[in-house]
Amino acid sequence: MAKFILRRLFHAVIVVFVISLLIFFSIRLTGDPVAVMFAAGEPSQQAIDNLTAELGLDQPIWVQYGIFLRDLITFDLGTSFRTGQSVSSMVAATIGPTTLLAAAGMAVAILIAFPVGIVSAVKRGTVLDFGGRMFSLIGISFPNFWLGIMLILIFAVMLGWFPASGYGTPQHFVLPAITLGLILSGILSRLVRSSMLEVLNQQYIATAHSKGLRSWVVIFRHGLRNALIPTVTFMGVQFGGLLAGTVIIEQVFSWPGLGRMIIDAINARDYPVVQGGVIVLALITVAVNLLVDLSYSILNPRIKAGGSDS
Amino acid sequence: MSLQQTVPGTEDLKDSTGTEVPARQRLRAGGFWRFIRKNPSGVLGMILVGTVVICAVFAPWIAPYNPTEASLGERLADPIFADETGESRYLLGGDPLGRDLLSRIIYGARISLQVGIFGVLIAAVLGTILGLIAGYVGKWFDDFIMRAADVQLAFPFILFAIIIMSVLGGGIWVIVVLLGITYWVGFARIVRGQVVALKQLEYVEAAKASGSTGLRIVLRHIFPNVFSSVLVLATLFTAEFILLEASLTFLGLGVDPTIPSWGGMLSDSRNYIDSAWWTAVFPGVAIMLTVLGFNLLGDWLRDRLDPNIKA
Repeated sequence: MAKFILRRLFHAVIVVFVISLLIFFSIRLTGDPVAVMFAAGEPSQQAIDNLTAELGLDQPIWVQYGIFLRDLITFDLGTSFRTGQSVSSMVAATIGPTTLLAAAGMAVAILIAFPVGIVSAVKRGTVLDFGGRMFSLIGISFPNFWLGIMLILIFAVMLGWFPASGYGTPQHFVLPAITLGLILSGILSRLVRSSMLEVLNQQYIATAHSKGLRSWVVIFRHGLRNALIPTVTFMGVQFGGLLAGTVIIEQVFSWPGLGRMIIDAINARDYPVVQGGVIVLALITVAVNLLVDLSYSILNPRIKAGGSDS
Repeated sequence: MSLQQTVPGTEDLKDSTGTEVPARQRLRAGGFWRFIRKNPSGVLGMILVGTVVICAVFAPWIAPYNPTEASLGERLADPIFADETGESRYLLGGDPLGRDLLSRIIYGARISLQVGIFGVLIAAVLGTILGLIAGYVGKWFDDFIMRAADVQLAFPFILFAIIIMSVLGGGIWVIVVLLGITYWVGFARIVRGQVVALKQLEYVEAAKASGSTGLRIVLRHIFPNVFSSVLVLATLFTAEFILLEASLTFLGLGVDPTIPSWGGMLSDSRNYIDSAWWTAVFPGVAIMLTVLGFNLLGDWLRDRLDPNIKA
């Protein structure tokens, strides 16, 4: 087990390292931040050189990368080119709204997907099942940003029930969370359905029925509990996707989250903020996947630690 | 897993006298309706995808107006069915520059399909080749593929795409290549998993024992068996890619704004939601139905060809 954990940790470190390389060099291809900052005036060469040196951009690129890595190990993400704030504090300020949005979206998804998936599986082949499957297919076919726009159109513009964008009050959460949750529930209800079907075909379910247990006891206690394992794994793996989904939804609803901060920083060529934001996103995703993997192998001893990766 | 599985409604049946009626013959005689009845979701998927393909190929003949011709007098013209003055000539209304929304939606199918199909082609070819090698050869190459998959999961594609596009500029081919070289991992993972299982089967062992080379075994004995999974995955990824292209173009990064594209039309509509709802509704409906079509088709193919993979 210790060997398995160590191996997984090693993999996680490699992934974060590769992402740090990717983000560090790709963002440097996008253009010179000094030019963007002086876009308005006509600076002297002296001023350009001074600023370049001040931002540390006059050093060889490998030295810059070395400094970035060195600071990263001590959890120092550098300072923003634009605002001079520390990137860590900017990340800290935006990660709250993003996490809250992701959590609210996940909650909406769970509330919708479990009933739909369970009913679909139990009533397999009926009209209810067909309806449930169509619901999830339509859910995964919706462009998330367009669903956001439609909800704004109906509930903010036409009915005026909820604010169209912004952050602060509980009302602001409703539309973004429903947007994210509906899209996610499409994927999730499919998964709940297929895991339930797999479990309901097992012999112990037939045994439980034949013991005369009420069917809802069988479905929930014997069925759902076992169907939860693959579902939870999947939710962990999807976490990265969930964060990516919030990037667009934050854009649509002017949500002050991590994704919006990164997009703004890309446009301003604010390298440290882009690097820091992406690394933090990657760290979160990798950590969640690691936890899911570990808890999975503890919950389900049939999975051999150190076995195949697939 | 084999490609020769029969579609319900087309299997050979015995007639009342006990002689077998070949499937082909029955299909001609009323089997068509039976096929539709037995495969409603597959048929709906085919209809949706077929409609989009026809729109894309025959756009100049189908579109009622020139999709790029601005007409300032008809800016945000009402759709015909919601028009009380009776002056509008646009079935689905006009866009913020007075162009016909319907014609732009019909032409927009070209962008979505091109991105979907060519992006998937690159991803599928790349992913299948690398997945075959990873699964058959294993060792460090296999590790490499699995770590690449981890990286892809942990780096949101949208952000990566935004960065690359601010370097290279937008444009449809940039998106196509970007999607292809990012999402090959999805194909490689599935193919790899199947190859690992397949290469332990007896017939592969037999081929090995009879002296076949590795390349021959992979091409003749393994690849045909993973092909159906690749096909299913390709259909589902086409849906995904169409969504991603629309998102990027919506953010103002994807396709050139002068070319009619569904994501671009939604981006144009952002400031007019309260005054011209049709500009925000119809392009989105087009995306949704197209993606739904590919998803229905992919699901149906999966049930038919390969019930084992879960994508």
